[in-house]
Amino acid sequence: MLTVVLIMTAGMVAGYFLRQKRKLISLSERLTTWAIYLLLFLLGIAIGTNDEIIRNLHTLGVKALAITIGGVLGSILLAWVTYHFLFKKDEEKQQ
Amino acid sequence: MRGSLIILAFFAAGVLLGYGGLLPQWLTGSDYSSYALYLLMFLVGVGIGGDEKALKALRGFSFHILLVPLTTIVGTLIGVAAVYLFLNQITLTDVLAVGSGFGYYSLSSIIITDLRSPELGVVALLANVMREIITLLMAPLFVRFFGKLAPISSGGATSMDTTLPIISASSGKEYAIVSLFHGIVLTILVPFLVTFILSLG
Repeated sequence: MLTVVLIMTAGMVAGYFLRQKRKLISLSERLTTWAIYLLLFLLGIAIGTNDEIIRNLHTLGVKALAITIGGVLGSILLAWVTYHFLFKKDEEKQQ
Repeated sequence: MRGSLIILAFFAAGVLLGYGGLLPQWLTGSDYSSYALYLLMFLVGVGIGGDEKALKALRGFSFHILLVPLTTIVGTLIGVAAVYLFLNQITLTDVLAVGSGFGYYSLSSIIITDLRSPELGVVALLANVMREIITLLMAPLFVRFFGKLAPISSGGATSMDTTLPIISASSGKEYAIVSLFHGIVLTILVPFLVTFILSLG
């Protein structure tokens, strides 16, 4: 697990030192896009060949929807608190 | 949005090809995905470290702006933990890990597949895609009822790119910078948070 985090941190350090080399950075961005395509394609294959997941796809979908609704509601309710008590006052001061 | 559709098309193509049994044996072994994930993580890191806009957005902001990503993280985790009470056959850490994708569905689903199971990876993919879609559709409504930070929090990591235009249109241009900052912080934190939560059990 640590590997993932270490590799990403190494990437951030490398990116920081290479940030003037725009061509290299934009190449890395294009590669990122393709790496994501490849991995999602592989994830798709892993799912398509897994009968148990295919059979339970609707259950997984319902779980996903429930988690999304919980996450969105929780975050917008707390966002209202943060907005009301901190940001609204900042806005009023600026006016 | 177009980028998201392409990603989903690749995913759907994988599902169909895998389901149809049209693929050679060597491709269906999932040993490659770990190495591909490592490559992706390195590239994502380079992208963040090399992004001068990101560095500027992280500099010289008032203390309040730091609380926006924190608000999103705490709010989301409380919200999904509440939903956990109503769900069967899923552990609390799994629910929290899915929630910690904050809309960054590509990376979170890939990490979760690798560290946990493809099954939870699917849940993460769907849940986080839905988060982006809900934000795109509901941003103006969220602003009206929950204030100008609401669509930013709802957008999660996507508030720096895919949902930024609708947030800027609904909350106002002065919130675009908050949105950008918030999205950058969450994008950086997603891999750390997801792996950390999954390591808990």
